[in-house]
Amino acid sequence: MSSQGMDWGIIPQNLPWLWEGMQLTLALTALANLGGMLIGTALAVARLGRFRPLALAAAVYVNVFRSVPIVLAVFWFYFMVPVLLGRPIGAFWSVLIAFVFFEAAYFSEIIRAGIQGVRSGQVAAARATGLTGWQVLRHVVLPQAVRAMTPVLMTRAIVIFQDTSLAVVVGLTDFLTAANVVADRDGRPIEMYAFVAIVYFVLSSLAELGARWSRKGQRA
Amino acid sequence: MQYHWNWGILLQQPYLGWLVEGLLVTVALSLVAWSIALPLGTLIGVMRGAASPVARGVGGTYVQVFRNIPIVVQLFLWFFVLPEVLPRTAGYFLKREMPEPEFVTAAVCLGFYTASRIAVIMQAGIVSVGPGKANAARASGMTLSQTYRHVVLPLAFRLMLPPLVSEFLTVFKNSSIALTIGVFELTMQAHQIESYTFQGFEAFAAATVLYGAISAGVLAAAQILERRVQIGGMIGTAGARR
Repeated sequence: MSSQGMDWGIIPQNLPWLWEGMQLTLALTALANLGGMLIGTALAVARLGRFRPLALAAAVYVNVFRSVPIVLAVFWFYFMVPVLLGRPIGAFWSVLIAFVFFEAAYFSEIIRAGIQGVRSGQVAAARATGLTGWQVLRHVVLPQAVRAMTPVLMTRAIVIFQDTSLAVVVGLTDFLTAANVVADRDGRPIEMYAFVAIVYFVLSSLAELGARWSRKGQRA
Repeated sequence: MQYHWNWGILLQQPYLGWLVEGLLVTVALSLVAWSIALPLGTLIGVMRGAASPVARGVGGTYVQVFRNIPIVVQLFLWFFVLPEVLPRTAGYFLKREMPEPEFVTAAVCLGFYTASRIAVIMQAGIVSVGPGKANAARASGMTLSQTYRHVVLPLAFRLMLPPLVSEFLTVFKNSSIALTIGVFELTMQAHQIESYTFQGFEAFAAATVLYGAISAGVLAAAQILERRVQIGGMIGTAGARR
């Protein structure tokens, strides 16, 4: 193969197809972040709450998901969701659900740390002004916690963006799988994988720069 | 829900054998990767904090590159691209002559990737050791490498033990990506049992429990180690001694 030389023209030829893959990657990243954060917040609140059985259940959930690889979680949901629902829901939804439930465990730890970082006097003061427990959480604790944990959340978002490439294990056509298809079909692994690596590198580096920049803005 | 439970399948051959084999491959892969990552990552971490701008540049670039490309893409580069762009004889060796090419490639990839994360941890460790002890060692006539070898790094390792342990656990989990190039590690064996028997719940539950057992074992060992190597006079020391 190396005797044939390189053919970088393969990339512009397949750009529309690769862009479709990238759109799926971006959609998966956005939805996994959103869903993971929602369930993660619920888990964090449950863990910090006074109802012991719920706190314990949330702790078990978080520790189980944190001890297995994401690939195993993807296989779990890819297999389990159709069995539970009685009908297949397609690779995209299976992978998305796997990412949401998996990432929720990591988000819950970030959010828990953020909530614990809010001074307890703030809660007492808010309660003293007559706010209910829910209002305290919604208007006093969470806004401060979210600001404190924004840099960590952004780092996690970049990790998720990169990890969605593991959708390749169930053949969902994300960016990597789209490139994979072309690499196999046209026998051009060098060009395709180099291109994929560069795109991920540039996007992740830009996101990292953005995260660093926002951190600086926050401190000022 | 229509599902026929059969937990007994996990104790039947060949499935039990597959799980044991998968567990052994996962452990071996992770240990080989770790033994590449720890020295390499330490070296890169030292370079990132070095005085020489060249060393800092190399260390910084290494971390930037290995942390910003998804690990599975890195694995494809090592496995599908590297043999093609190397000189012909070297490429031939990687593809044809090297024993267990998938396992070795996955271990090297995992090792180089993990090194970038260890580098960040070790750099932080070196910073928290502080310049005082290194300057004292230099003033007493130690060379730069002796200072790192005998003074700075032993302290940095002990300070950074908790993040290093969590990184060690991450290697076991990351080793599962080796299945994308055909290594039959634990996750792949569970997946294979599911495809042969359709007993997915049992197979994936077995893998989940085995990964959990690895974590629990490593954490238990780490607690003993942490107590052994703790440094006196630090905030953590009083609590740890209870």
